[in-house]
Amino acid sequence: MAEGRVHLLADVGSTFTKLCLVDAAVPAVLGWAAAPTTVATDVNAGFDAALAQLGPEAARAGRTLASSSAAGGLRIAAVGLVPELTMKAARLAALGAGGRVVEAFAFRLTSADLERLRALRPDMVLLAGGTDGGDAEHILHNARALASGLPDVPIVVAGNRGARDEIAGILAGRPAVRFADNVMPDVRRLDLDPARECIRELFLERIVSAKGLDRLRSRAEVVMPTPEAVLRAVALLSRGHASSPGLGELMAVDIGGATTDVYSCAEGRPASPAVVLRGLPEPFEKRTVEADIGMRHTLASLLEQCQAADLAGAAGAPTDAVRSWAEAAGRDPGHLPASEGEHRIDLALAAAGIRLAAERHCGWLEEAYTPEGRVWIQEGKDLGPVRWVVGSGGPLAAAGSRAGELLAGIRRAPGSVRLLPAAPQFLADRRYLLWAMGLLAADEPAAALELMKRHLEPC
Amino acid sequence: MPPNASQGSTSGPTMILGVIGADCHAVGNRILELAFREAGLNVVNLGVMVSQEEFIAAAIETRAAAIVVSSLYGHGEMDCRGFREKCVEAGLGGILLYVGGNLVVGKADFAGVEAKFRAMGFDRVFGPGSGPEHGIAALKDDLRARGVAFG
Repeated sequence: MAEGRVHLLADVGSTFTKLCLVDAAVPAVLGWAAAPTTVATDVNAGFDAALAQLGPEAARAGRTLASSSAAGGLRIAAVGLVPELTMKAARLAALGAGGRVVEAFAFRLTSADLERLRALRPDMVLLAGGTDGGDAEHILHNARALASGLPDVPIVVAGNRGARDEIAGILAGRPAVRFADNVMPDVRRLDLDPARECIRELFLERIVSAKGLDRLRSRAEVVMPTPEAVLRAVALLSRGHASSPGLGELMAVDIGGATTDVYSCAEGRPASPAVVLRGLPEPFEKRTVEADIGMRHTLASLLEQCQAADLAGAAGAPTDAVRSWAEAAGRDPGHLPASEGEHRIDLALAAAGIRLAAERHCGWLEEAYTPEGRVWIQEGKDLGPVRWVVGSGGPLAAAGSRAGELLAGIRRAPGSVRLLPAAPQFLADRRYLLWAMGLLAADEPAAALELMKRHLEPC
Repeated sequence: MPPNASQGSTSGPTMILGVIGADCHAVGNRILELAFREAGLNVVNLGVMVSQEEFIAAAIETRAAAIVVSSLYGHGEMDCRGFREKCVEAGLGGILLYVGGNLVVGKADFAGVEAKFRAMGFDRVFGPGSGPEHGIAALKDDLRARGVAFG
């Protein structure tokens, strides 16, 4: 019988459809199951296969919520004016909404850009440009270009407020257009949440059905893209809820087969007044995606960026063995380590990928010499004070007692200019709960927080 | 339409302010910000250690009417070289470009310094002795000549 506080949470991933049954009243995880995703045919087949594994308990669920990253995830093209200002702001907003930025464009969209956009077939365009009261010319040009050159793609407009009415006129008659507050209302001030919310609305209204996920309707309510669910979980874990404190500033890494997502909930301000902050301030809740770092589909590019010899040293294996493993696993996403040696290589690759993705996420320092002496310039967030780092994803679950080794590289090395956490403690999401707790967070934040605190294991 | 004249801005014309190069002098920058704001300008202050590219990027996004560059540490000539040319490249060829401060090392003759910076494409050059009111008055005149009034 359905009970109000029992939730069935589902994630339709690119490879697996995962289910997690939770009783929020206890709170407790009642069951967990996974089956291959079947979005190409009928998404329900994979869902039902996983559901069957859960058994009769699943019928207790009062509400079934789902996230999805299947069928390519939420593919967004970001359009801004200056690359390091509104284009970057649009990119950050799209990532924060759980999207994948397929490409970002600056200044005026050209006919070649439109050609490229038609070829990319993004699920959505996020159109920014100009501060409020600032440049309107470029965003108007780009709205016109999109109106004629890309007729069917949903658009979120989040640029200069002063241009909004005119853009509404240009895009009139298009079915899927949303207007949000400017992602960069002033130079160096970001306001990403309104655009994120509009992206989510359009995702639910348009993208879910376009990807065949609406067939789940009788079984589950698809409410957000998977990365957004993870970001919500991480934010809740950081902030806490009501009288239950959070962990404070934290970082999370989710390494998958094709990409690696990194999240931080941290201010990231310079550690000392002697450090000058340059560039756009970054959001407290920040997400980045490394499209070239993954444990299977993108293994070749990961290996290219690491020294095979270093990896071999870390794995205690010959360099040739590292190369041949990377080739085999890159070719076949289902490939699993068959020996202790291969397992060690797999771990070493995951650790290298996690470190690389974390380094790209955090800020860095640059030395500058002035007549008064040496000063430091900081770009991006200083995650030095961050105390907790959460690891999630297949490799973490498979690493068993060695999960800590995978995360060990997320620590600022002495003298390094990369602003990684200085003295972090590591937590492993062995049960793959983060996305599920992000879905649960809207209805049952206290239970979601409690379950994360209980099941994320120190490693 | 004159730059930033009627695009929903809450205050007057927009100007970009900052201290160029590897120069950390923050106090004067803050005083200038307050003075220009008081005079009715919408001031976007980029603070200290600002590169030419950062000034230009901010001016593009905000459709600024003027860029006001400070340099207090004597390396202004090096830091400002090519600034106007970069503005032209970025489509801001007509933007008002002001510079002021201790622009060169030592006690150089100001007329010579001014001529040098004018030749580099700066519309106005202010020496160590000039206060914010000189810049504001000049900006009023120059913008009025372009059909933009403020204050």
